[in-house]
Amino acid sequence: MSVFVDIKKKLGAFSLDIRFEAGGETLALLGASGCGKSMTLKCVAGIETPDSGRIVVDGVTLFDSERGVNLSPQERRVGLLFQNYALFPNMTVLQNIRAGAKREKDRAKRERAVRQVMDSFGLSELSGRYPRQLSGGQQQRTALARILVSAPRILLLDEPFSALDSHLRFRLEQEVRGVIRSFGKTALLVSHDRDEVYRMADAIAVISHGRVDVCGGRDAVFSAPRTRAGAALTGCKNISAVRRVGENRVYASEWEMALSVTGPAENARYVGIRMHDVRVGGTENVIRCRVTEVIENPFSVTVMLRPADRERAVPIGWETEKRIWNQLRADELDICLPVESLLLLEGGADAESS
Amino acid sequence: MDWFPLLNSLRIAGISTVIVFFAGIFAAFHIAKAPRLVKGVLDVFLTMPLVLPPTVVGYLLLRVLGPKRPVGAWALRTLGVKLTMTWWSAIFATVVVVFPLMYRTARGAFESFDETLAYSGQSLGLSNAYIFWRIRMPCCRQGILAGAVLAFARALGEYGATSMIAGYTPGRTATISTTVYQLWRTNDDALAFQWVMVNMAISFAVLLAVNMLEKKSAAPKEKEGR
Repeated sequence: MSVFVDIKKKLGAFSLDIRFEAGGETLALLGASGCGKSMTLKCVAGIETPDSGRIVVDGVTLFDSERGVNLSPQERRVGLLFQNYALFPNMTVLQNIRAGAKREKDRAKRERAVRQVMDSFGLSELSGRYPRQLSGGQQQRTALARILVSAPRILLLDEPFSALDSHLRFRLEQEVRGVIRSFGKTALLVSHDRDEVYRMADAIAVISHGRVDVCGGRDAVFSAPRTRAGAALTGCKNISAVRRVGENRVYASEWEMALSVTGPAENARYVGIRMHDVRVGGTENVIRCRVTEVIENPFSVTVMLRPADRERAVPIGWETEKRIWNQLRADELDICLPVESLLLLEGGADAESS
Repeated sequence: MDWFPLLNSLRIAGISTVIVFFAGIFAAFHIAKAPRLVKGVLDVFLTMPLVLPPTVVGYLLLRVLGPKRPVGAWALRTLGVKLTMTWWSAIFATVVVVFPLMYRTARGAFESFDETLAYSGQSLGLSNAYIFWRIRMPCCRQGILAGAVLAFARALGEYGATSMIAGYTPGRTATISTTVYQLWRTNDDALAFQWVMVNMAISFAVLLAVNMLEKKSAAPKEKEGR
């Protein structure tokens, strides 16, 4: 119940150099589109071949360039769930699931497994339907049933929800979470959506420009992303480049202000603060700002604040409850960037590539 | 009315459609996956006969298959058969002329095939042969059938290259189209008209079949739109 991936692959000007490990948990590969996360998944599935490296799942070597091992996708036994579910349109639900059970050579056993999985996914009533006659949720269930009946060693989920409406997405996420839990082995989830990743995954590998930027437990990655890409992908919207100007002190060039920070700032190239961590009033790291824009969200307000008298500074976003903003409604505010909320960030793969 | 030209046309078109069906699918499948440069070059080469005048195709074929030309001379020497001026010589002509139709429609069908279906099939442990015959071909069925029907129709009407390589010998190499020309040339207007009507009827049926196939293939896609 583990996965080990250490692969390199060159694709024109882009190069993939990915290394991560996971136990019997759900690991999310979080990254912007084009960062190489889907390519990584394809390498694990055997659809793409890395130039060099090693892929091991549950102690079975799927790929090892040094030992010349490269199992075919058929031999790898990975369960691959695509965004569009990839149900065979010319087959009914029953035929699709039977196709997934083809590895089992014993006919009676195969039929039993098919019937069992159809029952547990509530698909028995739909067995004669074609994929185009199913709702999105039913299609996903059919695809999951088809994967599970093939008895995979690992589940690979490639952006499974990104094509869905948000209300449907929430429900289907729950279903998939249940399936992963009952599957009980490693699952790899590829996604660019931090909320989805937070809800689904135990551990997170942030991928940026073909490299693993940060890898760790979900909460650790969200509370201390360590790199610029990690912070941005976990939803930190205020990020500024910094210059060290003293012991525990940096100058944030985009906000045009000096900040006190905790911990050594030697490696810090950026500082970030989440929009909901910004405070009004305080003692340290306080700066007077002009309100440049107020953006209303369904349940909150985002106030964009530019340090006063610094016309070229980049505004800082502050997210707060509507109730609080309605009481304030000021043109100018003293805002505080609390020391304990500041994220000191390394350049990560961003820095290497630029 | 002597029905030999109809029979001859049908057997020539039938045999060449079978040949072109498999050759076209084979070429389409492999070229659809080829690198862009290879694809471009092969594509131009394989589509050429579609735009070349059939007489040019006939000329080129005679240059190769004529009894004094390399392949033709070889066949005469070792097999003792003349490759031109027999009823089946026309098959060479129709295969070359009709191949691009089959190849292009099949390639179009293969290119619009969703590769994730093949990937997920592989991951589920299905053999590549199973994926090709049970998933890829059924999904591309309408496009491929439409290509085959078009190829058949075009083969049935082939005149230029056929008349050059098989000539016109009544009862031996005459096809519908060469017969129509011959009858018109000899002022047998009534009989020529009858053959024209036969030809029209066949073409009508074929185009109807193509349209029905295309409608069928378009319909499920609309429903799938999400």
